[in-house]
Amino acid sequence: MVASSPNDAFVAFEHVQKSYDGVQLVVKDLNLAIGKGEFLTMLGPSGSGKTTCLMMLAGFETATNGEIKLDGVNINEVPPHKRGIGMVFQNYALFPHMTVGENLAFPLEVRGMGKSERDAKVKRALDMVQMGEFANRRPAQLSGGQQQRIALARALVFDPSLVLMDEPLGALDKQLREHMQYEIKRLHESLGITVVYVTHDQGEALTMSDRVAVFNDGRIQQLASPSDLYERPDNSFVAQFIGENNKLPGTIESINGDHCTVRLANGEVIDATPVNVSEKGAQTLVSIRPERVEFKTEMMPEGAHTIDAEVMEFIYMGDLFRTRLRVAGSDEFVIKSRNTMGQRMLRPGEKIKIGWAPQDARALDPM
Amino acid sequence: MADLAANDPVLLTTSDGRPLQEALAQAQSKAKWRAFMLVAPLLAFILITFVSPIVQVLHQSVYNPKFSENMPQISAWFDQNPNGTEPDEAAYTALVADLVAAGAAKTVAVAGERVNYEMPGTRSLFTKAGREAKKLQPPFMESLTKLDENWASPELWGVMRRVSHAYTGDFYLAAVDLERSPTGSIQQVPENERVYVNLFVRTFALSAAITFMCLLIGYPVAFLLAALPMRYASLLMIMVLLPFWTSLLVRTTAWMVLLQGQGVVNSLLVWAGIIAEDQRLVMINNLMGTMIAMTHILLPFMILPLYSVMKPIPPSYVRAARSLGATSWTAFRRVYLPQTIPGIGAGGLLVFILSVGYYITPALVGGASGQLISNLIAFHVNKSNNWSLAAALATILLASILLLYWLYDKLVGIDKLKLG
Repeated sequence: MVASSPNDAFVAFEHVQKSYDGVQLVVKDLNLAIGKGEFLTMLGPSGSGKTTCLMMLAGFETATNGEIKLDGVNINEVPPHKRGIGMVFQNYALFPHMTVGENLAFPLEVRGMGKSERDAKVKRALDMVQMGEFANRRPAQLSGGQQQRIALARALVFDPSLVLMDEPLGALDKQLREHMQYEIKRLHESLGITVVYVTHDQGEALTMSDRVAVFNDGRIQQLASPSDLYERPDNSFVAQFIGENNKLPGTIESINGDHCTVRLANGEVIDATPVNVSEKGAQTLVSIRPERVEFKTEMMPEGAHTIDAEVMEFIYMGDLFRTRLRVAGSDEFVIKSRNTMGQRMLRPGEKIKIGWAPQDARALDPM
Repeated sequence: MADLAANDPVLLTTSDGRPLQEALAQAQSKAKWRAFMLVAPLLAFILITFVSPIVQVLHQSVYNPKFSENMPQISAWFDQNPNGTEPDEAAYTALVADLVAAGAAKTVAVAGERVNYEMPGTRSLFTKAGREAKKLQPPFMESLTKLDENWASPELWGVMRRVSHAYTGDFYLAAVDLERSPTGSIQQVPENERVYVNLFVRTFALSAAITFMCLLIGYPVAFLLAALPMRYASLLMIMVLLPFWTSLLVRTTAWMVLLQGQGVVNSLLVWAGIIAEDQRLVMINNLMGTMIAMTHILLPFMILPLYSVMKPIPPSYVRAARSLGATSWTAFRRVYLPQTIPGIGAGGLLVFILSVGYYITPALVGGASGQLISNLIAFHVNKSNNWSLAAALATILLASILLLYWLYDKLVGIDKLKLG
């Protein structure tokens, strides 16, 4: 499913660059191979170039340099209507002057399909998104979630093998968004289509994707599965963009294969795993997930360095406790503990010792 | 307990015991009255300056008392004697008495004018008789016909009988090139006198052509305005609006400078060798001049409603259509164009209605063949002094525009109209 080399890729970007004004590159040397049937998400802050990549793939923007291949064929010069790629737009782009049925029949009609075949396909697509009753409604008469389903059905009705989605759930409320995430995932699995999904919502990216490409500043910062991305970020940008993250700046004290010690600003030493630092004395930013920090001595890993912390704030969040600590001079350090039977609730002002397994603390570039 | 209260509604009252419903209605009526007082000045302004003149025009088109008021006795005689009665001595006596009175009051020319509308050349008959009438001796039938034998003409008497009624539909007949024969049946006027029907046809056809030209030129401009980045769009918008802010007369005379025989366009064509010196194009003082100048002048009225409709159409619609497999032409025809129909309707209606009633430009650059119905209405108001015919023509114009509006509502729906 996951394409490792550009040769067996279904969609491939090869050294693609894009500049709108000829001065600034919005996309800088993009290389990306997407396998057939893969669900790939392009994740990144706005202006990171992810939507531009999607538009180039759809054919609405031309690549300034490089090649885009679909199923092994260069499609740089193929106009959008001949690419046969389904697309779901951010605001659905359902044609307001047509009924739902006419909207769905449109791609079939322009392909010259006969009426009876058209009707059958439209009906099947509507049933697929559980909207069979709504064929005669106008888009304006539907709720946001219903419009979303219709947009999805319209992008799928002509059986494309590749479907692009440009922040399709951005306009929905939280509950509906989560529901639609599963719906899209289910469709992806049952139809075996390839999906390229653009979003700036990391939760969405982690929930749905086979792989996630994190974009920043026109480059892919990391391309990995959701678990790798969360647990083993390659650099500080990815670590901070995905999930909550504690940062401890310091210098490398010793480095030994996949283990290092880092001296923090106040002189304390902690354990970490070197990721993109290589030499002693280099500046680094150690990143630790809040839920991987331990404060109960009996749970602490063998031989781990511990450091002093003072509880600043305790927040009861239901399933979780979120505690803000002062660590190494900064009071932005957060730990999360599950609300299990007998879990300790820390009190502000309490002095504790914290520690972690060295593989959970990643020494990254200082940004 | 809660159920009980719901099933048996208690009369809600205010704290001082009045029924709440009544108190609310009273409080709201005060607010409504205050709101009405705010719009009252506008309402009065519209009634005085807009509704009442229109009502007067409508009235004037069917009411003309010029003859009946100034010649009361002969009008009374016509009332007493049915159509077909030969005028007897009593009729002539009444006629002469009226002529004497009207001659003294100097209103005989007014009465003559009314007869003159129907029977050209009779005005002087009345003014002459008005001067001489007091010298006439009975029997008047003899002495009046001796003064001028036309007074015995059955046609004249037929016309006088018709115009003796202040309320008449004759002006509407005249406005569509019809007349009443001496026997009272309705017939077309002689072919060489038919003016108005042709002029109506020309006015509507030209207006339709101008509307079409405006749409043809305005649609791409409006599209650019909506699609270009703000910087260029505002520059283009200024180019659209600048002529709009310039005086109408200045723009029309500018076209005269451009289009005339020795004008800029012709001179350029001759200079470029496209036409010979003696082949200079006649582009002004004809239909073409009217059409060019009016298309230019009315263009903003097409562009602005189109722009206001196109601006909010997100580019994702056309993109969606393209991604679904439509060529750019199909995407335009099936997705973009249908969404601009409210703007096309509004712009088209606006340009058409404005050009149907346009006066200054055709008067200045239209020559003889480029005249529109409004120019003839102006002629009847200013020159021939036949206000009733002018009113009838204007009413027909108004009615046809209302008809058009109704048709538009039936076909497109007036709620879809978007003017800005």
